[in-house]
Amino acid sequence: MIQTFAFYLFAVLLIASAVLVITSRNPVHAVLWLIVAFFNGAGLMVLVGAEFIAALLVIVYVGAVAVLFLFVVMMLDIDFAELRAGFIRHFPLGVLIALVLLAEIVLGVGAYRAGALELGAAGVAAEPIAGRSNIDNIGALLYTRYLFLFESAGLILLVAMIGAIVLTHRERPGSHKTHQNIDRQVRRRPQDATVMTRPDVGQGVEL
Amino acid sequence: MNLTASLSLIAPELVLSASSLILLLMAAWMGDRHTQTISWLAALALAAATILAVPALSGGASGLSSEAFGGQFRADAYAAFAKILIYIAAIASILVAPAFFERLRAMRAEYPVLIVLATIGMSIMVSANDLMTLYIGLELNSLASYVLAAFLRNETRSAEAGLKYFVLGALASGILLFGMSLLYGFTGTTNFAGIESALGGGAQTGALFGLIFVLAGLAFKISAVPFHMWTPDVYEGAPTPVTLFFASAPKVAAVTLTARVALEAFGGQVEAWRQIVVFAALASIVVGALGAIGQTNLKRLLAYSSINNVGFLLIGLAAASLAGVAAMLAYLVVYVAMTLGSFVALLLLQDRTGEPLETLGDIAGLSSRSPGVAWSLLVLMFSLAGIPPLMGFWAKFVVFRAAVEADLLLLAVIGIAASVIGAFYYIKVVKVMFFDEPADREVAAAGGVNWAILIAAVLFISPLGYLLTGWLGTLANTAASALFIAA
Amino acid sequence: MNANILLIVFLPLLAAIIAGLGNRALGNVAAKVVTTGALFVSCALSWPIFLQALGGGMEPTVVPVLHWVTSGDMRFDWALRVDTLTAVMLVVITSVSALVHLYSWGYMDEDPDQPRFFAYLSLFTFAMLMLVTADNLVQMFFGWEGVGLASYLLIGFWFRKPSANAAAIKAFVVNRVGDLGFMLGIFGTFLVFGTVSIPEILAAAPGMAGSTIGFLGYRVDTMDVLCILLFIGAMGKSAQLGLHTWLPDAMEGPTPVSALIHAATMVTAGVFMVCRLSPMFETAPVALAFVTFIGAATCLFAATIGTTQWDIKRVIAYSTCSQLGYMFFAAGVGAYGAAMFHLFTHAFFKALLFLGAGSVIHAMHHEQDMRFYGALRKHIPLTFAAMLMGTLAITGVGIYWLHAGFAGFHSKDAILEAAFGRGNEMGQFAFWMGAFAALLTSFYSWRLMFLTFWGKPRWAGSEHIQHAAHADHTAHAGHADGDNPPAQENAGSDVHHSAPHPAAHEGTAGYHPHESPLSMLIPLGVLSLGAIFAGWLFSHAFLDSAAFWNGSIFYNEGLIHAMHGVPLWVKLTATVVMLLGLFGAWLAYIRNPSLPGQFVDQFRLVHRFVFNKWYFDELYDFLFVRPACWLGRMFWKLGDEGIIDRFGPNGVAALVAQGSGAARRFQSGYLYSYALVMLLGLLAALTWVMM
Repeated sequence: MIQTFAFYLFAVLLIASAVLVITSRNPVHAVLWLIVAFFNGAGLMVLVGAEFIAALLVIVYVGAVAVLFLFVVMMLDIDFAELRAGFIRHFPLGVLIALVLLAEIVLGVGAYRAGALELGAAGVAAEPIAGRSNIDNIGALLYTRYLFLFESAGLILLVAMIGAIVLTHRERPGSHKTHQNIDRQVRRRPQDATVMTRPDVGQGVEL
Repeated sequence: MNLTASLSLIAPELVLSASSLILLLMAAWMGDRHTQTISWLAALALAAATILAVPALSGGASGLSSEAFGGQFRADAYAAFAKILIYIAAIASILVAPAFFERLRAMRAEYPVLIVLATIGMSIMVSANDLMTLYIGLELNSLASYVLAAFLRNETRSAEAGLKYFVLGALASGILLFGMSLLYGFTGTTNFAGIESALGGGAQTGALFGLIFVLAGLAFKISAVPFHMWTPDVYEGAPTPVTLFFASAPKVAAVTLTARVALEAFGGQVEAWRQIVVFAALASIVVGALGAIGQTNLKRLLAYSSINNVGFLLIGLAAASLAGVAAMLAYLVVYVAMTLGSFVALLLLQDRTGEPLETLGDIAGLSSRSPGVAWSLLVLMFSLAGIPPLMGFWAKFVVFRAAVEADLLLLAVIGIAASVIGAFYYIKVVKVMFFDEPADREVAAAGGVNWAILIAAVLFISPLGYLLTGWLGTLANTAASALFIAA
Repeated sequence: MNANILLIVFLPLLAAIIAGLGNRALGNVAAKVVTTGALFVSCALSWPIFLQALGGGMEPTVVPVLHWVTSGDMRFDWALRVDTLTAVMLVVITSVSALVHLYSWGYMDEDPDQPRFFAYLSLFTFAMLMLVTADNLVQMFFGWEGVGLASYLLIGFWFRKPSANAAAIKAFVVNRVGDLGFMLGIFGTFLVFGTVSIPEILAAAPGMAGSTIGFLGYRVDTMDVLCILLFIGAMGKSAQLGLHTWLPDAMEGPTPVSALIHAATMVTAGVFMVCRLSPMFETAPVALAFVTFIGAATCLFAATIGTTQWDIKRVIAYSTCSQLGYMFFAAGVGAYGAAMFHLFTHAFFKALLFLGAGSVIHAMHHEQDMRFYGALRKHIPLTFAAMLMGTLAITGVGIYWLHAGFAGFHSKDAILEAAFGRGNEMGQFAFWMGAFAALLTSFYSWRLMFLTFWGKPRWAGSEHIQHAAHADHTAHAGHADGDNPPAQENAGSDVHHSAPHPAAHEGTAGYHPHESPLSMLIPLGVLSLGAIFAGWLFSHAFLDSAAFWNGSIFYNEGLIHAMHGVPLWVKLTATVVMLLGLFGAWLAYIRNPSLPGQFVDQFRLVHRFVFNKWYFDELYDFLFVRPACWLGRMFWKLGDEGIIDRFGPNGVAALVAQGSGAARRFQSGYLYSYALVMLLGLLAALTWVMM
């Protein structure tokens, strides 16, 4: 009972906040609504027993991604009027499309509810290993059955990293001051950077 | 299925992954001054991967023995055929780049690395036997592509191309993922064969929704109408070597992947998706042709031309038969050759300051200023228009024959009629080059590698190419039959 | 002999190809040498064949060339068939053609396009040879169309001249009408006989006599229909009444062309065809009567017009038309031998007259109007002599009791006797028409001679002469044309026709006509010999010798006897009317030059009717040309532009342009519109699946 109640609470809030994400005119508000949506998503995950994923949602999405969004949004110089013009122009059509899509999906799911289909072919889905935590199970699967995909996903992250560097990193050949020399930085010892002084009272320090 | 056997099946991907990491380290240590070396090494790695993919081409491994990692990955003749084509296109994209970027002082060692990484993604795509593999491959390729499109980050057009590609690509990915989640929800598996057996012969509405969403996500990648809108903008904005890459390799990957999904996962639902593919094919042919007519920018024109060609490729898919897939593969080979040739010819056209000639006005009267390029373009354009005795005709012919054999007579007739519209702008390019008053811009051809690629492409699509059709047809048949044995 | 036949036919083709493709690169002299040489070789090879036939008993020779068509029941080959009839044609064609080639060396000397001209001439000769050597009707049709094409090209040779183009088109179009009949005839023949091979058809023809066939909804006699259809083809090619209008206009072509094509050879193709198919025509009495009637009518009709024309070439053209009429009614009454004989002699004297006229025109600096001639006898005596021979031949001067005379005497008299000897009404009709036409022939021929060579010089009125007398003789043959002076109805006043030059030297305008070069005079001489002796030498063979023809034409023994048995007054008729005509011409143009003017004043309406060629052109213009123009304009404006173009090519093109515009408008560049299109597409696909 309490579970059902919780599910509908999270679900309704999730959808409502998702709607608000795309309808709020202020991007900062939109990101904040997104955070609400993530939280509710995390709640749903907890309900189905995927506590690790719930934690991931909160830590990664809320803690990192959404906050990063906020930074970016706040740094942007957004012309709201222009944004709104296009939005309003296409809004009715957008709503219509959304409604039709929704109706069709409901119909589709309704067809599923009518039966006729076996869910989950036996032996395909991974059996949870008893007595092990969520995180253990996921780890075990990732490094055995889904090794290939896991490694490939690693490549995707690599590409993302390269992309970020390629698109943003600039060398400024003229100014050596901003140029990092990692060797020097690593070699640096405290005694190179700090000076211990014991000035007498009433005397200033000359650096 | 032990790990060793699996690893041996992904040998090309392994080689590429290892090389990409090594090359990345080299790029980091050696800096941009050694870009040439890194480019050649990347090309070498791709060549090695090509050689590794060849054995599978003749249909050596099929069925279960071609499956790696518990059926997530399949290295059959079909995949090998596509991979070789992709690798060759990737090699070309790497080799033509230095000359182009050096003029802009924008050559960076990351370019070949990104191409190699994108190629790994495509390699995974064409070998995908599981929705998750599909998605990983697609994203790996897409992400690298977004970066490549924006590679000239200081040019607004390039940055705009990257951004548009990224946003729309993300939307397409969302659609794709949604479809995949629907499919998983309705069938309980992500494996293609599993999906097919779960669906049986029936056509449940929910699963069909998943199918539509998945196909729509893939249609974005192959830029089939109505998911084509990004293509002209991105092709025009991206640096020309990157456009060359976009127009060739990812098309091969996405088309072959789409065919595999449609025929392996949804082999029992042919009637459900055939009409949609037919519509997309015809719409692509017509919109591609109509859109190209008004263009003055050659890259944009070629973008529409690629949309147009995708339509013909989809006709092969719509046939949903062994002959249709074989025709599609044959068309892909010819298409890649024509695309590489056209863009390389475009790369060869620059004025004395190295400014590329990209508009129709620039190439007016080209025949008198740069006859070699002009004649090559003539052959390419006639071939793209499907005029015999060039290979473009053969490609169209086999596709239409497959459609007719599959009782899609109307599709074939409309397709042929629409290809007439397409012929208009191809021949217009020829007319501008040969009959218009020469533009006052000088032409300074560049690059020995470019010439080599151009000549190879032109020779292949020239009537000489017909010597290869028998061999090519056999290969395509073997490759296509791999798809049907599995199904 | 087989090799010779192949050479005769294909040498001209080879020469035409060399000269035509070589054109300017080959140069004038080379082109002329090649074509003329080829023709003389052909000619030299042809005469032995003819002489062999003259010896009698020549068997038909068939030289296969190539397999041509096998289609269901229809099968035929390229084959050259040479029998006596063909042999006659071979010598006529190759001799006249060779002489015309030679003549053209001089006549076309100043033309810039000589290789083209000679190539056309040789091409024509080839086509004509193909026609006369045809073994089947399709091959004959090939030659038939080939000569039509060559004729078109040569009439329009000076294509910068609008009148020449118009004349060429007219010739082509009018011939199409005839060709339609010819084609229908061939189709019908194939339908009835199941073959197009001429010998097989002729062998089977008597068996078909009297059978009927459905045609245009009526039951009619098979052979009559077929022969009339075939004859309609002949009417077109041979310019018979009704389809004659193109021939006078064809004089726009260079004069050697007129001599070769429009006098000696092509226009006689119709006669040849009727003779070739004579066994077929003999089974069709109605068709024969039709042939006789048309021939006789043309004969008289053309002669009347000939008496009123001022253009020297047009007079000869109408004379040709008239002489062809003689040949046809000879064939119509069954005297095929006489028809062929007249064809043979006519080829010589008519070619002579044309070439002579050409020589006069050449001398008078391309002036063709006889009103501006006069007194040329002393200035160009050799041309005069040749023309005189030609005139004596065409008017049929000869003495019956000696059985000696010029060429026309033998052939024309034979035709008139045959017509009378036939004994039926149509024969009588033809005889009287022919006799009257002979009078007119004599009149207009001598009128031409008197106006040209006698009297006083009237050259000053001519713009050509004025031009030549003032300027150097730089005008070249490219300007040779026949822009006729405005029709002057009063012959008496033409001497005073605009003479701007003050005190013109007694009407000569200070101009000195010059005799033509040797290359033109030699053909005149050779043809003169033909005009003098051809009749006398060959009349026996052509008219009385069944062995000569040896079955190559239908030979009516009875008619020959009847011909010889006609009363004396019939035999003398031709000579008498000839003298009457001569006397009339002398009276009107030498003795009393004001007489024609008075005559014209007296019979103004009649003269106007005849002078305007019986208003045939105007009638056709009203009946066919205008309605056809109207119909064509309607189809063009309403049907083609209004419907087909509008909804077809232009409509589709506009649609494509609109679609292209729409495709561009959609490509707005805005991300959200792209996304919208994607979602719409997705939605459409989903909806489709739902339904």
